[in-house]
Amino acid sequence: MSLLQVDRLVAGYEPGLPIVRGASIRVAPGEIVAVLGPNGAGKSTLIKAIAGLVLVESGEVRFGGQDLRQLPAHRLVRAGLAFVPQTENVFANLTIQENLELAGFFLGRRRCQERVRAMFELFPDLARQRALPAGRLSGGQRQMLAVARALLVEPGMIMLDEPSAGLSPRLVAEVFAKLAEVRAEGTTILMVEQNVKAALALADRAYVLAEGREHLSGSAAELASHGDLASLFLGGANR
Amino acid sequence: MILQQLADGLVLGSIIALGAIGLTLTYAILRFANFAHGEFVTFGAYLALLALGQFQVLSTTTFGPLSFGWPLLASLAAAILATAGLALLLDRLLFARLGRAGVAIAVVMGSFGAALALRNLLFFAFGGEPQYYSRAIQIALPLLPRSVLGGVRATPDQLAVLGVTALLVIAMHLFLSRATLGRAMRAVAHNPQLATVTGIDVAAVVRWTWIIGAGLAAVAGVFAGLTVQIRPTMGLDLLLPLFAAVILGGIGSPFGAVLGGLIVGIAESLAVPLVGAEYRAAVAFLLLILILLVRPTGLFGERG
Repeated sequence: MSLLQVDRLVAGYEPGLPIVRGASIRVAPGEIVAVLGPNGAGKSTLIKAIAGLVLVESGEVRFGGQDLRQLPAHRLVRAGLAFVPQTENVFANLTIQENLELAGFFLGRRRCQERVRAMFELFPDLARQRALPAGRLSGGQRQMLAVARALLVEPGMIMLDEPSAGLSPRLVAEVFAKLAEVRAEGTTILMVEQNVKAALALADRAYVLAEGREHLSGSAAELASHGDLASLFLGGANR
Repeated sequence: MILQQLADGLVLGSIIALGAIGLTLTYAILRFANFAHGEFVTFGAYLALLALGQFQVLSTTTFGPLSFGWPLLASLAAAILATAGLALLLDRLLFARLGRAGVAIAVVMGSFGAALALRNLLFFAFGGEPQYYSRAIQIALPLLPRSVLGGVRATPDQLAVLGVTALLVIAMHLFLSRATLGRAMRAVAHNPQLATVTGIDVAAVVRWTWIIGAGLAAVAGVFAGLTVQIRPTMGLDLLLPLFAAVILGGIGSPFGAVLGGLIVGIAESLAVPLVGAEYRAAVAFLLLILILLVRPTGLFGERG
């Protein structure tokens, strides 16, 4: 039984110019699934299409059995699907505390404050700087705040668009260790990643996208030893 | 003398500040310079005048030394609601449609067109003669004796305008920093797509931005009518000072708009004895240029 089910999705930024061309993926509850692929494969567009942020021309997106295409994008988080964009994923003009409180505005005041406290326990580094505007955080701290913002509403699943982008190897290890903790607490994760090695080390399964549709899929261990993977990233998708 | 000019500048500046808050919010959240904002000021002033004609029969008593009583307050409330309604209607009929076309300059040009149409509509409906909420003559109260830098006098209405403006600015500060809707407005101003994935209904925030911006413009219009006079060109006359205040304070910053409004108002007022009333706007703009040379993003604008 899949928590997220994407079938034959066609999506892009302009009508008639799809970037995702018939991609299908599945994510089961409790899994970490990575979507990999070379630049321009449509990974980020796929995740944005699931989040309702780009034009979907055809195909199905179901989350927990619910048709997400019928929901406005701002309603997805209430349906249990949170999204962490790749860049500009925090409100730089708000403090850390304000970022978190805003994420939980629909939970009710008391519940929201409980969840903010829970996030500060999970991310003690953020708790120490709660009054600091998010724009003054380092790249790694911003990524942590973006993850905390997404987790605050206790989503069934979080989607991350390249969580390692722009981070040093040490910070990537820190962020991915935190994602492992998040999964251990029962949250399903779908992430788009360029950092193949780190992604496959964390994920249970992965899809490799090329030219807007899945080219390979399988367990992380299988894909890590797959001979086609290196050639695909070196531009051999059609071989 | 200089203190009197300063006091007059504060009154003018507070009216500019109220109008500028709405203009800067519109710019930050809807991302276009709304040249019809001055007309919201005029529209608010005339709608209150229209409503006053109806409400005046309810009571003729004024609040102590002030020139107005409950009828003008009820008229102000009606003007706020009607001006907010006008802004929402214009957004639905014009700005949102032009915005969806994705050509930013089309929205700005649309706002020029809306401003011209609204101004001429008001000319047609009310004529070009100045009008007043009250014909009663108010005596200015001495606040400081002449021996102190020429002294300061102000009418009770001017003091009321200053007091209510201060309260509204504090309320706006608390609203933007504490209220969920205020924070949501700041979030949408920063990044609408991130606001969407955070669960914020951006379309609803846009509607509230129009309501609050146009509502404050209506208050500015009524205050201008109360302390000066009501004319179909009052919004046009205020438009450049409004933009100067917004740019001076830093585009998108409501706190900057308030400070910018006060600086422009005071600069204009102080310029009158130095260069004459006809050049006072030029002095305000000279000040604007000087400040922008030092701080190109304005006093509270974000860099880069």
